[in-house]
Amino acid sequence: MAVYSLKTAKEPPLGERGAVAWIRHNLLSSSFNILFTILSIYILYKILPPLAHWLFLDADFVGDKKSDCGGDGACWIFVFEKLKMFIYGFYPQAELWRANLTIALGGATVLIAALDRSPKALKIITILLLPIVSVVLLSGGYFGLAHVETNAWGGLLLTLVIATVGIVLSFPIGVLFALGRQSKLPIIKTLSVFYIELIRGVPLITVLFMASVVLPLFFPEGIDFDKLIRALIGITLFQAAYVAENVRGGLQAIPKGQYEAADAMGLTYWKSMRLVILPQAIKVAIPNLVGSFISLFKDTSLVMIIGLFDLLSMVKLTANDRDWLGMDTEGFVFVAIVYWIFNFTMSRYSKRLERKLDTNNRD
Amino acid sequence: MQEKKIIESSSQLRDLSEPMIELNGVNKWYGDFHVLKDINLNVGKGEIVVVAGPSGSGKSTMIRCINRLEEYQEGVIKVKNIEVNADVKNLRDIRSNVAMVFQHFNLFPHLSIIDNLTLAPMWVYNKPKKEARDTAMHYLERVNIAEQADKFPNQLSGGQQQRVAIARALCKSPDIMLFDEPTSALDPEMIGEVLDVMISLAKEGKTMVCVTHEMGFARKVADRVIFMDEGQIVEENDPETFFNNPESDRLKLFLEQILAH
Repeated sequence: MAVYSLKTAKEPPLGERGAVAWIRHNLLSSSFNILFTILSIYILYKILPPLAHWLFLDADFVGDKKSDCGGDGACWIFVFEKLKMFIYGFYPQAELWRANLTIALGGATVLIAALDRSPKALKIITILLLPIVSVVLLSGGYFGLAHVETNAWGGLLLTLVIATVGIVLSFPIGVLFALGRQSKLPIIKTLSVFYIELIRGVPLITVLFMASVVLPLFFPEGIDFDKLIRALIGITLFQAAYVAENVRGGLQAIPKGQYEAADAMGLTYWKSMRLVILPQAIKVAIPNLVGSFISLFKDTSLVMIIGLFDLLSMVKLTANDRDWLGMDTEGFVFVAIVYWIFNFTMSRYSKRLERKLDTNNRD
Repeated sequence: MQEKKIIESSSQLRDLSEPMIELNGVNKWYGDFHVLKDINLNVGKGEIVVVAGPSGSGKSTMIRCINRLEEYQEGVIKVKNIEVNADVKNLRDIRSNVAMVFQHFNLFPHLSIIDNLTLAPMWVYNKPKKEARDTAMHYLERVNIAEQADKFPNQLSGGQQQRVAIARALCKSPDIMLFDEPTSALDPEMIGEVLDVMISLAKEGKTMVCVTHEMGFARKVADRVIFMDEGQIVEENDPETFFNNPESDRLKLFLEQILAH
C-alpha cells in the first residue's frame, strides 16, 4: 500500500493553450479539415474584397441625386434620400409623429418584455395592448386625431404593424386551438383539427386573396372592412394555426404526471393549464414558435399582392422612380439588412429566453 | 409494536368506526381487461392501510380511483360520505380532502420549491400569498428541507424531491393522504428519509392509504395490510398476522419472494 501526496495543478502544454490550441483543434484537426480550411480561405478571399469595395470603399454616401453617384460601388444616396418612404410609406407628413410614437411604443414594449425586473402582469398587458394601441393611433379618427386611410400606411411601419398584430394576436388564439386539439370533447377536438389542418394546407397567399377579394363578396351591401384590417385578420388566423401546432408539440412533451398532480391538487382545468401545463409547454415550444414568427415576419411582404405597400414593395416602387432608375440592388440589399436585423434579434431573444426559463441546470 | 401504541395514545383524532373512504363492489376495465374485480374496502378515520402486491395487480389503479385520477365503471366509492363521480362539486370537495404523493414526485419543474407548495393554497383555496408562504415554510421545516425553498425541483435529490412532494400535499391540510409507491423510484440510501416523514405523519393520526413495497414500514405503522393480486383483494389482516401467519398461498409466495433477501 502507498500514500500519495497532493499534487498542484499545472498549466497544459503549450500546444494545448489559447489560440494555438483552438486553431489546431478546429481548423487543422484532420487532412479533410485542412483542405476545407484552405478552400474556405480561398472563397473568402474571392468574396470579401469585392463586397467591401461595393458596400463601402467604392460606394457613394454624399449627395442628393443620382448623378452624385459616380463610382462602381453602391449608391447609398438613393437609400438615404428615400429613407422616409421606406420607413413610413405615404403616411402624411404632418402626422408622422404618430408613426414615430407607435414605433417608440413598440420599442418600449420590447424593452419591458426583455427586462427581467419588470412585473409579469405589466409585460402581458403591454404586449397585448401594443397591436390595438398601434392600429388606433395610426388610423386615428378618435381623440381628435385626424383619420389616416390605411392606404397611406406603408414601408417598414406597415411591415411592423402586420408582424406585431399577427404575432401578438395569433398567440392566444393559437394556444386555444392547441388546447382544443387535445380536448376530450369530440366536437371541440374535431373543429380544432379541421381548422388547423385546413389553414396549414394552404399557402398564406391564398388566405390573403380570400381575405381581400373573396371575403367582401359575402358582406352585405354597404358594409366594407378596411383592406388592411382584412389582411390582418387573415394573417392572424393563418399564424394561429402554426402557433397551435407548435404549442401542441410542447403539450405532448409534458409528462402525464404533471396533469395528474395538478388534478389531484384540485386545480380546475383552466387553472392547471395556465399555471402548470402551458408554462412548461410553451417553454418547450419557444424555438419552434420563434421560428414561425420569423417566417411570418418575412411573409408579411406577401401583402404586396393585395395592394399594400410594405417595406419590400415600397423599395420596389421607389426603384421605379424616373430619377432613380437602376437602384434595385441597393434597395434590396437595404431591405435584406433590415429584415436580418429584426429576425436576428428575435432569434437571439428566443435563445436568451430559453436559457432564462431553463430550471434544470441552475445554481 | 411499541410504535403502534404511541400512535393510539397520541391521537384523539383517531376513530376507526368513522368511515373516511368506502369502496363497495368497485369494478374497472381497461377496454376488455378487467383490472379491478369487486373491490370492497373501508378505511376509518386515522387508519393506516398499506396495500401490497405484485406489479400489475391493480393496487395503484385502486387508489387512483379514490381521487378520480382513474374512473371506475361499477360500484361506489365514497370519500367522507361524498360519492366519487363525475359531479364537479363532489370532485372538488373530494380533491380538497385527499392529497396524493406519486411515485415520480410530479413536482412542477418550472416553479421553485416554495411556489410548488403555495400553488394549491393560493389558487384552489384563495389564501393570501403571505399566509400560503408561511404554511409552506412550516411544512418544509416539517420535512427538514426549508433551506431549499428557493431552489428548483431538478436541483434536488430524489429523496428531497419526494419530501417536498409530501410537504406540498400537506399544504392542503388534507384529511386523507394517498401514497402511490412513494419510494419505488428512489435510490436505496434515500428511502429512509422519506419513510421517516411518512412514519411521523402516521403518528399524527392522518388517514393514510399507502401502496408500497416497504414491508418494514407496513410492519411498523400499518393498522391493516392488504394484499392484492390480479385485480382483487386476496387477503387483509393486521400486520402481525399478515407477515407471520399468511393464509393464502399467493400471499405466502409473495412474501417469500420479497422477504427472501
